[in-house]
Amino acid sequence: MAGGQERILRSRIRSVQATKKITRAMELIAASRIVKAQQRVQSAVPYSEMITNVVKDLVAGGSSTESAFLKPREVVKTTCYVAIAADRGLCGGYNAGVLRATEGEVKADVLANKTYAVVPVGRKSENYFKFRGYSLMTPFSGFSDAPKYENAKAIGQYVVDLFLKKEVDRVELVYTRFVSAGTQEVVRRPLIPLEREAVEGGDGKPEGPGSAYEFEPSAEDILGSLLPRYVEARIYAALLNAAASEHAFRQRAMKSATDNAEDLIKGLSRTMNRARQDSITTEIMEIVGGAEALSGANNKTGD
Amino acid sequence: MASGATMKVEVVSPERVLFSGAATQLITRTESGGEIAFLPGHTSFLGVLTENHTRIFLEDGRVQSVAVHGGFVEASGGHVTLLSDNAELAEDIDVARARAAKERAESLLRGEHEASVAADLRRADARLSATGGLVSK
Repeated sequence: MAGGQERILRSRIRSVQATKKITRAMELIAASRIVKAQQRVQSAVPYSEMITNVVKDLVAGGSSTESAFLKPREVVKTTCYVAIAADRGLCGGYNAGVLRATEGEVKADVLANKTYAVVPVGRKSENYFKFRGYSLMTPFSGFSDAPKYENAKAIGQYVVDLFLKKEVDRVELVYTRFVSAGTQEVVRRPLIPLEREAVEGGDGKPEGPGSAYEFEPSAEDILGSLLPRYVEARIYAALLNAAASEHAFRQRAMKSATDNAEDLIKGLSRTMNRARQDSITTEIMEIVGGAEALSGANNKTGD
Repeated sequence: MASGATMKVEVVSPERVLFSGAATQLITRTESGGEIAFLPGHTSFLGVLTENHTRIFLEDGRVQSVAVHGGFVEASGGHVTLLSDNAELAEDIDVARARAAKERAESLLRGEHEASVAADLRRADARLSATGGLVSK
């Protein structure tokens, strides 16, 4: 009877051990991907810095401040939130952080009698809002691990289109910023219209000697095709940050899962050993008892 | 041009810096103005690029070919920067694939003229030209 208990415990330990192997593997994979994702964030920096500089110079130097991208709408009725979360779970509070922040904003908009639009990025984001009955715009997913520039471009073109068609009056990004391997924070950043501070500060003068820029075609036309690229670069940076954060969160979540599995195994082994000891003791008692009974019987017959 | 004069050239795509180094000349193509060459000391310039085969003349006389699929060029103070969503160094280009893409685009264009197909064709041409695989017409 006691052996049954032992068998059950043994199989539980085996199953926890198998789970531990999986979580450990996921932890190691995530850890190695953090490094790669961080490098990707780094290598995207030159492009976004340069494009920012060009935009700044154009805005400061050109007469083209009337671009639709730069002027906040007078009445902001609809705000569009681009909620960037993961495609998969098992990454602790990563998805919940972004999604709750977005949902809070949406609820605040509804209370203020405004309309909202949610563009979910990542399957978890899509499912979360779909399940809760929010109206969704086109979802984008399938690339949260290692986003490509094309993905950012697709999202960028979509939201720029929404904005220019006046379906939305402003666009905000909600994502997890990767500060360091130990720190990530959920941030909400305005995307369109571009913030004044983001595009100001340029002196309109090219660096080095020489007069003002020569443009081909006109400064307005360049700005017109530059600003969508700028928006895409911003989205791309956000996607890369989100990917790095996702891996960091997953690594932490899987590390604590592995630690927890170890604790469970330790506890279960103890219980199992005790059960085994119990059953051994019982068996010995039975044998001793049986032997004694036999020898008592032998003694009787021997008389 | 004074010999030995160089400028710093950078070709930057969102995903990485493709090329960075000193050069004596750079030839690219703007959307409206045709081919344009930059020499050291070029006046400050900002232009929109079309799909093209950009040639960077290095200091040691070699020419680095780059297929640039749209983007911007900025010249200022001894720097020439190409910003492109999508650019490929000649040595990274798969010639067979580019040729197949060119044929596909050309056969599609024989039917109906479509902007996206025409852009595909220009991209394929830029790739082939950058690898030297395009027979000049």
